[in-house]
This record gives sequence, structure tokens and C-alpha cells, in this order.
Amino acid sequence: MALLEVDDLHVSFNTADGVVRAVRGLTFAVDKGQTVGIVGESGSGKSVSTQTIMGLTAGARVSGEARFEGRDLLTMNQRELRGVRGAKVGMIFQDPLSSLHPYYKVGWQIVEMIRAHTPISKAAAKNRAVDLLRLVGIPKPEARVDEFPHQFSGGMRQRAMIAMAMALNPILLIADEPTTALDVTVQAQVLDVMKRLQTEFGTAIVMITHDMGVIADIADDVVVMYAGTAMEKAERRELFYHNHHPYTEGLLASIPQPGADRTKRLLPIHGTPPSLIQLPTGCPFHPRCPYAFDRCVAETPPLASVHGRADHLSACWLPSDEGERQGERARVQAVLAEHTEISTDVVKDFAAVTA
Amino acid sequence: MSSTATVAASRSGESSDVLLRVENVVKEFPVASNKLFGRSHDAVHAVDGVSFELRRGETLGLVGETGCGKSTLARCITRLYSITDGTINFDGRDISRLEGSDLRDVRREVQMIFQDPYGSLNPRRRVGSIISDPYAIHGTVDGGARKRRVQELMELVGLNPEHYNRFPNEFSGGQRQRIGVARALALRPKLIVCDEPVSALDVSIQAQIINLLADLQSELGLTYLFIAHDLSVVQHVSDRVAVMYLGKVAELADVDDLYGHPRHPYSNALLSAVPVADPNTAAQRERIVLIGDVPSPISPPSGCHFHTRCPKAQERCVSEDPALLPKFADAPSHVAACHFPVADGEDLSTAKAAIDQEDAADVEDVGSVLSGLGETPGFAGAAGGEEAR
Repeated sequence: MALLEVDDLHVSFNTADGVVRAVRGLTFAVDKGQTVGIVGESGSGKSVSTQTIMGLTAGARVSGEARFEGRDLLTMNQRELRGVRGAKVGMIFQDPLSSLHPYYKVGWQIVEMIRAHTPISKAAAKNRAVDLLRLVGIPKPEARVDEFPHQFSGGMRQRAMIAMAMALNPILLIADEPTTALDVTVQAQVLDVMKRLQTEFGTAIVMITHDMGVIADIADDVVVMYAGTAMEKAERRELFYHNHHPYTEGLLASIPQPGADRTKRLLPIHGTPPSLIQLPTGCPFHPRCPYAFDRCVAETPPLASVHGRADHLSACWLPSDEGERQGERARVQAVLAEHTEISTDVVKDFAAVTA
Repeated sequence: MSSTATVAASRSGESSDVLLRVENVVKEFPVASNKLFGRSHDAVHAVDGVSFELRRGETLGLVGETGCGKSTLARCITRLYSITDGTINFDGRDISRLEGSDLRDVRREVQMIFQDPYGSLNPRRRVGSIISDPYAIHGTVDGGARKRRVQELMELVGLNPEHYNRFPNEFSGGQRQRIGVARALALRPKLIVCDEPVSALDVSIQAQIINLLADLQSELGLTYLFIAHDLSVVQHVSDRVAVMYLGKVAELADVDDLYGHPRHPYSNALLSAVPVADPNTAAQRERIVLIGDVPSPISPPSGCHFHTRCPKAQERCVSEDPALLPKFADAPSHVAACHFPVADGEDLSTAKAAIDQEDAADVEDVGSVLSGLGETPGFAGAAGGEEAR
């Protein structure tokens, strides 16, 4: 049995404009000590799904199951949930400034967190807080523990958040874009800390990010989300080097690769993500997909095994055989490379008028 | 000094090629006093003596972390800020002290694209009127011609010209950034300063805007100063790259030289920290994790600003500010401000500074803390929980 099993999760919100279907049938599992990366762009439902699992989306319509150690989190009452949140599942959020209380000392906030779950003395909890701050690489933790969040830099705040999330030695850590607000060198420090904690304590991590670079660095398994649902699921190397879904392919082709030929153009995904109120028929990606054909518009593809591997799932009607899929790829990429963002006629007119 | 060195180095090229020459630019912001009586003389040294040249038709990438002064420098160049010291030469003319209508003439040729496509467009005005603002302000195109020109611009940047009367909130982030590009292009500027133009966008949209900027550059012969913190994006778009740290240029070189043979330890650390979307490269790479945080620009460290975090720091770095000069057998266009530059193939991840660095000790004993944590006195609860697993 996996540590966390999310099964057919649906989350929707009623808004003045209509029903926003933020998550539509998401299924994934996290094993002990494993890192699962959930990657997707804004509005793909990656944050909403994990927040719902932790009971943090008030007012949402939720269906499905999320079993943590065999118990469904979605049907737990608040008191039971409180025993899980913080103690067994730690959470790290994107914006460390708004997730720390500005009026309380950082140490106090960590102490409160520890004492809410374990009956230990204030002094012992504070010692623990100092150890934790040292653990995440905060200099002079004995002094820093009595400082306020505004006296910390962005990277230190995020490290303090990690210290708080790790305070009770959780079995699972949910990190929601933990490094997005940070500079690359600080991001490297934070990822380094998370990896060390994982090796030392065997914590499982759900890493939510839009950054394929972070995924390549830290994830074991990857779930690619688009329009509230999983498009592709695979082991990390399989996903990067043998991806099947055109959305995954498009995401990777959009990123400038270090050391790649700079004269080669990036191959962006055209158009914009769909509205979650009025989703396209069939495959939600078909309006932007360079491979789309009739069936994509009419029928929604299920997540099915591809490339002959049981652990590689893709929701796409394209041939599941890797060889056949590759042939298509070469043809489409050649067409994409020809596309320019501006038409030469328009430029000539513009240049002539403004010259 | 550093400035003379760079200028001398780059003057060997054709000087008429140079569109923008920034010499020794300093920008300080006074800090409000927190004393009850008396005035504070503190200042944030946001840009601390920066010199470089920008040639016609090229893209100069400017990278650095939050607070290194790259955006301040951009605003100095576009004269949105007046500079404290130094000169800015644009197209053969000193623009650093211009005022009034002279300054307005310069602004016709220097335009800016901003980071935040939500904050840089007035939500209560129609897109057509936002894009036509440059024409209204500079009085260059009037009446019906103005609307035609704006619609051409919209088409040029890949917007539907029929959306002329829409409001910014009806557009997605990527489309709004296209509006920003159209507005910057309206007056056919020679130089466009792009301040983190793609940082706020999703990757698939990022690539669209990067391609758009590249297409416009090749068709219209634009010159870009491209500021970003994403080093992969900068590598993709730039011809030359300048790395800034705490208000100073640490290294300046052609893009392949900089990414292939970084000389400054800071450039090395920065490049090693870039997340690469390739698991094999990520696994092989030796990452240099810097200690501590960027010091305050109110009282920057003496000598080399980077000495407090540098793995190669020595006594000389504390006392002496290094000049921006070519190192080893590098081309004259590849300059770094470092006393102890990094040679090709040198392993920095194990290097150890020869001076005391405040934060160093704490990072060293993380390993022992990790192993000792389970036995924290009075913490039986968590330790027990761990055994139970």
C-alpha cells in the first residue's frame, strides 16, 4: 500500500461566472521515501488538488478519495485532520512571507507548531526549534530564533518554513512551489536541504512546481497536469527522454536548453490554456495540440499505458508504440520550426511606414 | 579602475557601432533616518560604478539575483531615475543629465518592456488607447492614421487588430505582454530595455514571447538590453552577457565564453545552480552551494563585494577591489572582476576560503545536527514516531 493514494479526485468551485472545474479525475500515489513531482502551468489544478487533500479548500465541491496510510482524508472531520496536518504531513508554500505570521517571532511559531502536537516543555521545544533552524542552514540560530520574519531574507524565510514543516518529522512533505519566489542560488540551497532531509529521514515529498528543471533535479515519478487532469505519468527519465503526450513534449521544447544551439528557435505551444469553466470537448489540449485530429475533438482519451510500460501512462490518442510516435514527432516539429511569431508582410509594411 | 579597463577593451572595436555606452554609473538611494534627531547619511548603493557598451543590433543579457541592481540600472539607462554619478552615452550623445524636451526626444529612441504584464497596463483604458499613447505623447501620428498604425502594431505582435477596443483584463498574461511589446515598438525605438519580460509568464507562453522578440529584432534591427534572472533564457537570447552582483559587474563576456568558461566564482556558482530540465545533466553536475545571503547594499563589504560568500576568498579580496580585466588567455571581450579567477576544469565545490566567513561554520555541521536530532532531549514523541515507521 502506498503512503498516499489519490483516487479520481474532482474539485470544483461555484463562482459568479459558472462552475470552475479545477481538478477533474486526478489519480496518483506516493510511496514512502519517494518524491513525486506534479508539474503544470498556472491553472492546471496542481495546487488545488493538494490543498484539497489537506482540507484547505473551503467551499469547494469535492469527490473522490485521498487515502493517507489507508484512511480517507476527504471524509475525516476537522479534529482528525488536525492530527494529520503538521504532525504527519508537513506543508511548504510558495510565498514564505505570507505564510509566516509577521507579529510573532520565527522561533515562537515553530514552538507553537511543535507544542500543538506533542506534550513537551516550552524550553525543550525551543531547543528543538534552534536545532531545526541550524538544520536548514540558518546562521546563528540561537539568535535568529528570536527574530521576526521581516528580519529574515526571502531564502531564510523559506528555510524557516521548511524547518517548521519538518519540526515533527513528518512522513510526507507537500511542497507547493517552494523555490519559485527564490533566486537560483537560494533555490539550490533549499533543494539541497530538502534532499538531505529526505535521505536522512526517508520523508516522502510531493513537489508541486512549474519548473521542469526542479523536476529533473528532485523527482522520482512525475505527473504532468493540464486543465485539472493528469496528461502523463512516468518515471523521471522516461518522461524527459521518452515522453509520449504532446503537452509534455511542448513544455520541454519551450524551455531554452543550456548548451543547445542558440540559433535554433524555441518551439512554443501556441494559444493559451483553456477556461476551466468552459472546457473544450474531447481532449482538453486539442485546441493547442499540433498533432490533433478528429478523434481528439470528439472523445476524451483515458490515461493508458504507452511504450509498452505499465508505469508510463499518457492520456492521448496518438499511437502508444514509441517508434510510430517518433515518426509523427519529426514531421510535426519540422512544421513547428517553420512558424514565425510575426508575418514578414506585416513587418515590411510597418518598417516602410515608420522609416 | 574597472571602468577604464572595459572601455579600453571594447573601444578597440568600431566605435560607431556602439549604440549605448554606460560609464561608471552610480545610483544611490538615500535611506530615511530612523533616529529621532539628526539626519542619516546612509544610502543604498544600488548601482555601484557600472560600465559597459552595447553595440547596434546586439542583445546584451544582464543577469543577477534579486537586489543586485539590474532593474535599477535599466531605469537609469531609460532615465526613469536620474543617476548619482557617471555618464550614459546614447547614439553618440551624453544623455545622463538631459531634462525636458531633450529628454523626451531621447525617450523616443529608448523604450522599455516591463516585467509585470498586469501592473504595467492601466486596467481602465482600452488597449488601442494604451498602445497609441506614445503617438499622443510625442505627437507623431494623429487622427485616423493613428488608429491604423496601432492596428498594424497589434497585428505585428500577434494580436487580433479587432480587439482594439478591449480592456487589458480581457487578455491573458502572454497577450498582455504582447501589448507591452507593441507599445514599446510604436515609436520605432533603436534600443529596447526588456526588464524581465518573460519572468511572469508560464513556460509555453514564455517561448512565444522570446520568439516574438527575436523575430522583431531580426526584422527591425533592434538592440536589446535583456534583463532576467533566468540564466537559460538569457543564454538563449543574448550575444553577450553581464553578470551583476551587489551593484557591480562581476563578469562580462560573449555568451558562449561566459557559459563555457566562467571566470568569476560568482558566475560559476550562479551557473551551477541553474535548474536544468535534463535529469542526466542534473545528476552529473557538481553544484556549488553558496553560503549565506547577499549582504545589504547599504553597507556593502569592503574590497570585492563577493568575498563574504566566495569559496576562493583570500586576504587580498577583503582589502582590494578587483578591476574588470581579461583573465588567463581570454579574449579582450571577456572580462572578470576577480583576484583569483577560476581556471577551466577547476573544482570549486570543494574550495575553502582562506578568510573567516561569518556563516561558514554553521553550514559545516549540518550533518551532525541531522544525526543528533532524533535524540533531542525531551523530544521522545517524535523519536518514538520515527521508530514506529
